Amino acid sequence: MPTDAPATGSPGSTGNPGTTAATAATDVIHDIGYRHYDGPRLGRGYARRSLFTQSLRAAYGLGRSAKSKVPPALLFGIMCLVALILVAVAIGTGMDELPLEYTDYAIYLQPVIFLFIAAQAPVSVSRDLRFRTVPLYFSRPVERLDYVSAKYAAMASALFVLTATPLLILYVGALLAKLDFTDQTKGFAQGLVSAALLSLLFAGIGLAIAALTPRRGFGVAAVIAAFTVPFGAVSALQGIAWEQDNLGAIGWFALFSPIGLIDNVQSTFLGATPATASPEPVDPSTAAGTAALLVALALAAGCFLFLLRRYRKAGL
Amino acid sequence: MTVIATENLSKRFPRVTALDGLTLDIGPGVTGLVGANGAGKSTLIKILLGLSPASEGSASVLGLDVAAGSDTAATIRERVGYMPEHDCLPPDVSATEFVVHMARMSGLPATAARERTADTLRHVGLYEERYRPIGGYSTGMKQRVKLAQALVHDPQLVFLDEPTNGLDPVGRDDMLGLIRRVHADFGISVLVTSHLLGELERTCDHVVVIDGGRLLRSSSTSDFTQSTATLAVEVTDTDAHPDGTATLRKALAGAGLEITADGRLLYVQAEGDDTYDVVRDAVAGLGLGLVRMEQRRHRIAEIFRDDDTLPASNQASTQASTPTTASTSATAPATDPAGSPHAH
Repeated sequence: MPTDAPATGSPGSTGNPGTTAATAATDVIHDIGYRHYDGPRLGRGYARRSLFTQSLRAAYGLGRSAKSKVPPALLFGIMCLVALILVAVAIGTGMDELPLEYTDYAIYLQPVIFLFIAAQAPVSVSRDLRFRTVPLYFSRPVERLDYVSAKYAAMASALFVLTATPLLILYVGALLAKLDFTDQTKGFAQGLVSAALLSLLFAGIGLAIAALTPRRGFGVAAVIAAFTVPFGAVSALQGIAWEQDNLGAIGWFALFSPIGLIDNVQSTFLGATPATASPEPVDPSTAAGTAALLVALALAAGCFLFLLRRYRKAGL
Repeated sequence: MTVIATENLSKRFPRVTALDGLTLDIGPGVTGLVGANGAGKSTLIKILLGLSPASEGSASVLGLDVAAGSDTAATIRERVGYMPEHDCLPPDVSATEFVVHMARMSGLPATAARERTADTLRHVGLYEERYRPIGGYSTGMKQRVKLAQALVHDPQLVFLDEPTNGLDPVGRDDMLGLIRRVHADFGISVLVTSHLLGELERTCDHVVVIDGGRLLRSSSTSDFTQSTATLAVEVTDTDAHPDGTATLRKALAGAGLEITADGRLLYVQAEGDDTYDVVRDAVAGLGLGLVRMEQRRHRIAEIFRDDDTLPASNQASTQASTPTTASTSATAPATDPAGSPHAH
């Protein structure tokens, strides 16, 4: 057996035919340069962490071709550039507060976030399905739960980097502009919580849809549709509700779009100004806000369970 | 020493029975698992990898029970390698990047993963091209990458599912040679599946034949091929002998050889090296043109021939025997019983 005679393989030597006796008993290892590995095997936890790191890097095109670095870099650049401009304006004009709240940032720049998740979720999951690489993972110590949680965590982290970095820029800028420290820190913290929830929810929706199809193109289109179509529909309904003076309904309608969920939650719990599709912001009721939080968490959990189910079929 | 053992292993799906009371005992070495498509080969591998529970019976790999829970299953999967039958390589990364990643998925630390990847790719015969994206590789190179990812974590046992699929005769020979080396030089036991019998008698120490999820036969390759030295002879017709085949048959029968005919092919039972001379002299004496004289060891195929329920595999084996015998005919019959697993 392999471990019995590791000493006979001399490290690094490629083939030494003179000493190779190919007809000898098969349990003897010949000196042809094959080295056995007797170092540590770090097991499932390590493999899961490696997969997380690799997937997170891949979401920004790191470790992939130059061509695949362009879209994430571009979108990340836009997110940060807008924040820089806002900071520059705030400092330049000597404002006493930032032009927008931290919690508003993701709402205003939602198309950029949609594009990012639409472009990167299929990269993360469709490739393994399409090229049938999944069985190679599951024939290793990695299990379904490891694979799905690593992929999910990586995508959520990538989104958090995308949404939290501009907030950090705003915060640093606000401090440089000598704005009120307590106000800014509180706003920044609220923004981070909101960004975390958004990342968790959007990563789940994006990955679940992308995992449905091994075709990347379909995946991109389907993810964009899943975010924009409900947003459009909900905005229309909210507009109608405003016209009919049915203000209570506006907050409840928001439950039907991903970004609406985030908006409701942060308006209710994080002191944000609601970004409803009405001429004036309408605060959702606490019930609608709580419902939004529950729906968002349930959706994220549902997407996770769906992914687990999806890979039960894809294994081998 | 037993590498794989199954005891009355059954796997039933709602409509099909994939494995039906399979009992196996496979030792170290290269073991061929033969069966027609749907015979249960892939199902068996899945169960052995702990990815699919058996309906009945038990199985153990490297002495570990595959059904003993997820920790044991993880230990098994850490120590075995798996090369799937289908394509499994992303085209947009290089072989090096891909195999490093797979090594880390097996639990190797980053530095070790890179070192082992470089070593393993060299051993399977990939050199400069390993830095190029896999999308541009030939089928033969892709098969090597697939083999490399199965070996990179230095397993004690590898499952190779149809490794010669889609390869041309030369690529097939290369792959079979590599498989032989995996055991002979690397000391890694191999379970290789194929529906082509001809390949396995050359590569394997031991052959297990399954059909419809049941064990048809399990014995060492030398058992299969012991009494199988058969010469296939084909000759031309000449003006003097309008039916050269019949004439030769008569002449050889006269020399006391046992002969069966199959169209223009004569199968001569070879008693020893003398038989070659007798055939040569007989052909020369009659002035016939010798189209071919090659060694046929289709005794393995005859397992199927005895059992006429398997026409598909029968055909497959006949196909395979042509390139195989062509290349073995020059060499003496492979004598490789050393360390071969015991027959069941």
